[in-house]
Amino acid sequence: MTTIFGVALPVLTGQLLIGLINGSFYALLSLGLAVIFGLLRIVNFAHGAFYMLGAFAAWMLLNFAGIGYWGALFLAPLIVAVVGMVIERTMLRALYGLDHLYGLLFTFGLALLLEGGFRHYFGTSGQPFAAPEALRGATNIGFMMLPNYRGWVVVASLVVCLGTWAIIEKTKIGAYLRAATENSTLVQAFGVNVPLLLTLTYGFGCALAGVAGVLAAPLFQVSPLMGSNLIIIVFAVVVIGGMGSILGAIVTGYMLGIVEGLCKVFYPEAANIVVFVIMAIVLLLRPAGLFGKDS
Amino acid sequence: MTATDTLTAPATVARGGGAAPQLKVRKLEAWYGESHALHGVDLDVYPGETVTLLGRNGVGKTTTLRAIMGIIRKRKGEVEFEQKSIMRVPLHRIAHAGLGFVPEERGIFASLTVEENLTLPPVVAKGGMSIEKIYEIFPNLFERRGSPGTKLSGGEQQMLAIARILRTGVRLILLDEPTEGLAPVIVERIGEVLKVLKTHGVSVLLVEQNFRFASRIADHFYVMDHGQVIDSFTVSELPARTEALNTALGV
Ligand SMILES: Nc1ncnc2c1ncn2[C@@H]1O[C@H](COP(=O)(O)OP(=O)(O)O)[C@@H](O)[C@H]1O
Ligand SMILES: [Mg+2]
Repeated sequence: MTTIFGVALPVLTGQLLIGLINGSFYALLSLGLAVIFGLLRIVNFAHGAFYMLGAFAAWMLLNFAGIGYWGALFLAPLIVAVVGMVIERTMLRALYGLDHLYGLLFTFGLALLLEGGFRHYFGTSGQPFAAPEALRGATNIGFMMLPNYRGWVVVASLVVCLGTWAIIEKTKIGAYLRAATENSTLVQAFGVNVPLLLTLTYGFGCALAGVAGVLAAPLFQVSPLMGSNLIIIVFAVVVIGGMGSILGAIVTGYMLGIVEGLCKVFYPEAANIVVFVIMAIVLLLRPAGLFGKDS
Repeated sequence: MTATDTLTAPATVARGGGAAPQLKVRKLEAWYGESHALHGVDLDVYPGETVTLLGRNGVGKTTTLRAIMGIIRKRKGEVEFEQKSIMRVPLHRIAHAGLGFVPEERGIFASLTVEENLTLPPVVAKGGMSIEKIYEIFPNLFERRGSPGTKLSGGEQQMLAIARILRTGVRLILLDEPTEGLAPVIVERIGEVLKVLKTHGVSVLLVEQNFRFASRIADHFYVMDHGQVIDSFTVSELPARTEALNTALGV
């Protein structure tokens, strides 16, 4: 059997794939956080709850409305976006211009509220959610058997991440977003409805979490606490990449997923903390993050 | 002009040729937090005029423009644009009323290319310049259209800051110290651009320390001190006042 550094190839590729899957979720979630923080200057601690909401929205669409995975892939993020936008309009808006701490505390409370609510109705045990028919089974890709759904998650998250990056870098609305991130008052003085832009941006960031939630539903079970388990690592990813950097969030997300996977192969004891060790080192050497602008 | 006209104060009667002021500011006060920066500013801009606001550093010229535009929301008094009060209009609707703003710090966006900077402000009315026309006037901007906005020289950034407002079709531009810190050749170019604006009938409320520069394009002057307008005169009265102004402005 082929080995690399004394490790069997299937073990290595298997862990790399798991790393890539985790990295896909880190990238999607930290991207949403970066988009929101860039423009709204809000550290969105409710992001994990919106991810959970996306998964539950998919589960409810299936069980209560008979809408399957593909429909949910579009509808669930939309639902999450609407919830996010309503919250921004009615509550979050009042915190702009105050210290970051207020936004952080508010969204943290919001996460507890959402997760507590779902735990009350659904308990802590997860609800199963089947992968769509078309993506069941596995494909032999030469050096390993690739479960189709896992392959799909990696591709889908890449497409969403790169699509988001393209929207921000190449379109008019993206130019508004970038400009407003630098100087929102001036953009508003030019006649752009910045309050609406803030609402849409928050909704979009939440929708990215919703997409991640739907993608996660068949992989992990749909449970009220699925977000809070993940979000701590995602925040470490954001700190490593640099708050507010779009490309940084994407690249760091995938990179750290892979690093985690490799760590599981070569030094499993450290796999659970490797991200935090990297975070500590980055904070010491480059406090603005790998892709952040030095202040 | 009739005989009776010449007997009244020339400055007030001649301005606007009987038209109502396009911009009318009365008793405008403004605050930065608790600090009271404007103590009742009165001024008018008539259609097609270039009006210059003079005054030493820190007297409230920038604050006046920001308060008119509505960027400073803690304000009191009256601002009418084309006979409508704009005191309660949200900031993002002001440009659509026909009022444009070029800030003192120019406000060129680093994360946008020159062309993205140029096309950022939405077109709010017909009559603005086309991109082609703007690139014709500012060939430098065309050559650098793909580079990040802040990679331009200071003079080019000022050109860009003015150019992007020309596109929008606004009828009055608030222009804050466009020549500050620029080489004489660039100042010359900016003077030409302001003349082009004038031929297009666009009014300008210009903040400018350099009143020799302003005297070539301005129709009317206001002098500010301590957050108030303390003097007002037309361009024809300028020569007689040069001496006094030099002292007042500390030039
Ligand atoms: N952002 C601000 N916060 C607090 N005070 C300010 C601010 N900007 C200007 N000021 C104060 O308001 C006064 C008027 O400033 P400004 O309008 O910028 O003057 P000018 O443009 O005539 O040089 C000054 O005393 C200045 O210190
Ligand atoms: Mg000033």
